[in-house]
Order: sequence, then structure tokens, then C-alpha cells
Amino acid sequence: MEAQAILDTLKGKFGDAVVELQSEGFSPAFVVVASAAVNAIARFLRDDPALSFDSLMCLSGVDYKEKFAVAYHLHSLKHRHAIGLKAMLPRENPSLPTVDDVWPAANFHEREAFDLFGIGFEGSKDLRRILLPEDWEGHPLRKDYKYPDFYHGIKV
Amino acid sequence: MVGNADLFVNWSRKSSLWYLLFATACCGIELMQAGASRYDMDRFGAVFRATPRQSDLMLVAGTITHKMADRVKRLYDQMPEPKYVISMGSCANTGGPFYKDSYCVVKGVDLLIPVDVYIPGCPPRPEALIDGIMRLQKIIMRKKNYGAKA
Repeated sequence: MEAQAILDTLKGKFGDAVVELQSEGFSPAFVVVASAAVNAIARFLRDDPALSFDSLMCLSGVDYKEKFAVAYHLHSLKHRHAIGLKAMLPRENPSLPTVDDVWPAANFHEREAFDLFGIGFEGSKDLRRILLPEDWEGHPLRKDYKYPDFYHGIKV
Repeated sequence: MVGNADLFVNWSRKSSLWYLLFATACCGIELMQAGASRYDMDRFGAVFRATPRQSDLMLVAGTITHKMADRVKRLYDQMPEPKYVISMGSCANTGGPFYKDSYCVVKGVDLLIPVDVYIPGCPPRPEALIDGIMRLQKIIMRKKNYGAKA
């Protein structure tokens, strides 16, 4: 299914929760959705027989300086089509519902986004830091991150 | 007489450098290569051990992150004296390609533990590693009074 058709299907089902299609310069194109509806939309994309996006290829955090985003790359092994999903988040306390109950693979990716961007995933099974030590302060991939001078007495 | 005893002790130590398997990055691949039959580090008496308690030599092969730093220190502390450290490759020497603008990589393993021999390279070839071991053997042969600390 083409990106425009997927957008129309989602618009018909979820209405205003589906904001726009970003196809310029993106392959696959991104469907921008409201962050609160991410879990419901993800479940629909997986379960609808015409879409059946059974594979979450990637989930990543993005820092646009004035806001954050979470980008999902989905692929269907059955229909051999792909789509991106993007949810914009505010700078203060960025948080959105988890999708690890839809695709269990999301858990590690969500932990990475939490670790490096400080994005919260509500209802996650296990949201801990995954790469950095538990007592690390801050989220290093944020654009406004300041490096610490020392960590455990070792110069950084 | 004491000189001859030193010679014997030093020769024994340099001929049985059992090294701790401690590979954290791509240098570990070259380390495996050096231990396998083509380069055959066994002929120097250097055999790998899977526990620090049986090791004389710590070969730090690879990038050390701040998360790993505590583990490096603990493994080093668990090794019995006399113990030696070879820092293998640019990451362990100085932080290497991660020297600038990295929040997570330790800029040289010598910030954590004392190092006897540094081997440059990214990663060093097995020949370079064997040269490093031979240099460490020369250092060991110069020790006096059974290698006691001055």
C-alpha cells in the first residue's frame, strides 16, 4: 500500500489524531500523529489485514531543539511495504504511550531513547537506562547537554 | 648468588605470562588472532585465562567506557601480584577515535590502572602485539630482588 493510501486509511479511522504526511525527502514517508494516540494507531497498523505492519524496524528519538520527536519505522513482511510514524513532543517533560505491548522489540529502543534523550514511555514494561550507568546525570544526545567534568573521579 | 636467583625468577615469570581474556572491542579480534595457531602466542608461554585470579598479565584490548571502568579496576584488583598491564590499541592508550567529544569513553586506561607497555595501532596487528609482549618480557628480566617494589 502506498503512503497516501495508508494516510487516508488512518485518517478515516482516527480523524484528527493523524496530522499530516511528510513525504518530501523521506523514504518511507512519515505519517505525523498525535503523541497520545500512538499506541492505538500502532495496534491498528499491526492488526489491520490490509496493513499488517508486523515488524518494527527502528524506533528513535529526535531532538529538533524547540521540540522532541519519536520516529517509528514499520515494515510488513506480508505485504512488503513500509511506513514511518512520527510523534512530536514538547521540550518540557516529553512523554508518550509505549508500544512495547504491540511490538515487544520496542522495549530496547524505548530504553535507548529514554537513556539518551530523556523521553518517557508511559506504561512501559521496563524503562531503565540501557547504555549509560544507572547513576549517570542528564541525557547526552540532547542538543543542550553539557558534559560533566568528572565521572566517579575519572576525567570525562 | 642473589643475582642468579633473580635471573631464574624473572625467567620463570616472563616465560609464563598468562593473560586475562579482556577484550572490549575490535582489538579483541586481533588478540584472538594472535593467540591462534598462525601467530601462536603460546610459544612465549602466554596462554589465556578466563579468570583474573589465575592471570599475570592484563591485556586491555579495546575501548573502555565509563560504565566499564569500575569493572576494569575490579578485575585488576583481583589479579595476584606480580601483575602487568599491556594497553593494546589507540582506544586503550588515549581514547583513540573517541578522544574528542565523547561523554562515555575513558581517555586512556592509564587513568584507571598502571600500564607497563603501550601498543599503538587501530587495531595493532598480531606482530605488534607479540612485540609488546616481548618488550614486557624484557622489562620483567630487568627486575631486581624478586621484583619487589622499591
